[in-house]
Amino acid sequence: MTQTESSNEVMIELDELTKHFPGQANPAVDKLSLTVKKGEIVVFVGPSGCGKTTSMELVNRLIEPTSGRIILEGEDVTNSDPDELRRRIGYVIQETGLLPHRTIAHNIATVPKLVGWDKQRISERVDELLTMVGMDPDVYRNRYPKELSGGQRQRVGVARAMAADPPLMLMDEPFGAIDPITRERLQNEFLRLQAQIQKTIIFVTHDIDEAIKMGDRIVVLRDQSHIAQFDTPEAILTNPADDYVADFIGSGASLKRLNLSRIRDIEMATDAPIGRMDEPADELARRLDASEWSAILLLDDRKRPTRWVNAQDLRRPGFDPTTMGLKARAVVEPHATLSDALNELISSNGGCAIVADGDGAYLGVVDLETIMAAVRAMREQHARFYLAAKNPDTVEV
Amino acid sequence: MTFSEYLSNSYENLIELSLEHLQLVAITMLIATAVGVPLGILAHRSSVLRPPIMSTTSFFLTIPSLALFAIFIPVFGLGSPPAIVALTLYALLPIVGNTVAGLSSVSPAIVKASRGMGMGSWRRLGLVELPLAWPVIVTGLRVSTQVTIGIAAIAVFVGGPGLGNEIFRGIRSLGNPGAENLVYGGTLAIVVIALAFDGAFVLVRRFTTPRGIR
Ligand SMILES: Nc1ncnc2c1ncn2[C@@H]1O[C@H](COP(=O)(O)OP(=O)(O)O)[C@@H](O)[C@H]1O
Ligand SMILES: [Mg+2]
Repeated sequence: MTQTESSNEVMIELDELTKHFPGQANPAVDKLSLTVKKGEIVVFVGPSGCGKTTSMELVNRLIEPTSGRIILEGEDVTNSDPDELRRRIGYVIQETGLLPHRTIAHNIATVPKLVGWDKQRISERVDELLTMVGMDPDVYRNRYPKELSGGQRQRVGVARAMAADPPLMLMDEPFGAIDPITRERLQNEFLRLQAQIQKTIIFVTHDIDEAIKMGDRIVVLRDQSHIAQFDTPEAILTNPADDYVADFIGSGASLKRLNLSRIRDIEMATDAPIGRMDEPADELARRLDASEWSAILLLDDRKRPTRWVNAQDLRRPGFDPTTMGLKARAVVEPHATLSDALNELISSNGGCAIVADGDGAYLGVVDLETIMAAVRAMREQHARFYLAAKNPDTVEV
Repeated sequence: MTFSEYLSNSYENLIELSLEHLQLVAITMLIATAVGVPLGILAHRSSVLRPPIMSTTSFFLTIPSLALFAIFIPVFGLGSPPAIVALTLYALLPIVGNTVAGLSSVSPAIVKASRGMGMGSWRRLGLVELPLAWPVIVTGLRVSTQVTIGIAAIAVFVGGPGLGNEIFRGIRSLGNPGAENLVYGGTLAIVVIALAFDGAFVLVRRFTTPRGIR
């Protein structure tokens, strides 16, 4: 989906990486070979116990490989100093592992301190990172982990991993222990962040939907970390390599494709009538009349959507834009997937989702028509994909 | 002679003996902490060394105290030295045990994350594991101190200092009028010392525990 974001330069190469735990009949990870390119998110997905965590911990050598090689940015690090290696690789785990006796600022400063940054630089970086993950530094800098919610702790975990700007990040089910609504929000925030910072990321999950959403490429693993398929989400959904992969994707593959497109990739409707809260009612009514819509969207002074009001509301004597009409719900960001938008749209009673940027300022709207149009386009593309697979010479994808 | 008459007559003596007692306990605890905490760290880190360390320190507690004091007379002579050695051996178990328990109670996720960020093993011990284990370790020191304050009274049998002298003098002259006062007086002073230490440890624990884990 975002192939253009990754270059063809290799960030890390795993070469027949194997881990045989003492006393076990079979290796937990058996000759895993793959390369991850700079700037891409590669997701390891597979059922519990297939070796995802072990594979990831082989990369930063929390588990020492039995055999095989790890090549990071062209350098063989299989036998290098493990602490130095780990300081170059951001690490996020499901349980966060924040230091409970240290403030949030201290936690985030851990690696910069280890690599010897000066105080000034560290404190600037801490504030920058807190802002990046959407937490006000003045509020949270001096708090302790137990004073944060689960979602906030996970944000701090991500900020801490990025602190010394490592080229590679490992994330082991980072959002796995978080309630579904917060998880969705964290995933979207993370993707928005990734669009700016363009890190190389290896991301582990057992949830195929999360893999489809987060991954530029997905590695579907079976037992002992054997690769069942390594490809883009589109290709895996459209063309599963075998029954194992097809079963793992499970039913609803078509619905899952809605997770592949983001709102920013499709045409959203920008013709919805909009007005300011302080405009007179008759001016708003005229604008609404001129459009094909049944309600006009009011924005506040920072262009944030507030309420939908219809013609009837506007005619009422003593029109009050702060209480009349319907509260503008179902606001999504351009980064949200069509699936998110559909979800919002169905649960809103207005029948359309409002798109707003990171600061909440209005961009456009998405309705069922918009989404259907996108789905039709996707279907055509997939049809061409199948043709292309059959006749590689004749059809361009 | 009533008990209060006894107290007003011999409080100076009691205070002097109490100071001796305190000194004996303090020296013992310093040595026991200096030996016990590192032993606990060693036992926590090495699954090979853990069983011998734990069983040896428990074994000391099974030796009758009088015998343990006496064993060291041939080596150290009479007086404070054999008493300090014997008391130290008694004091070890709660310190070692709680050090191991405290270190093991640190969440594996925290240890893993610290390793994953590239903290070496000593740095992890100093910056993560010991601070998090600290409340449990302090509790070990507290229990150990209480045990030592009580048992230190036996030091008198190897010619050691402390409140044991008063109690022993009372026991030897039991039957004479007022002899039981000496026993009560020495015991009372020991109880007061024990309560004072207990209170001090509660404060120490409270003020040395990092805010984030209080
Ligand atoms: N430290 C260990 N010692 C022995 N076996 C282990 C260890 N860690 C993981 N395993 C085994 O390796 C296999 C893969 O585990 P893991 O990588 O945690 O799977 P996943 O993360 O995919 O759920 C499992 O069979 C697990 O029991
Ligand atoms: Mg796992």
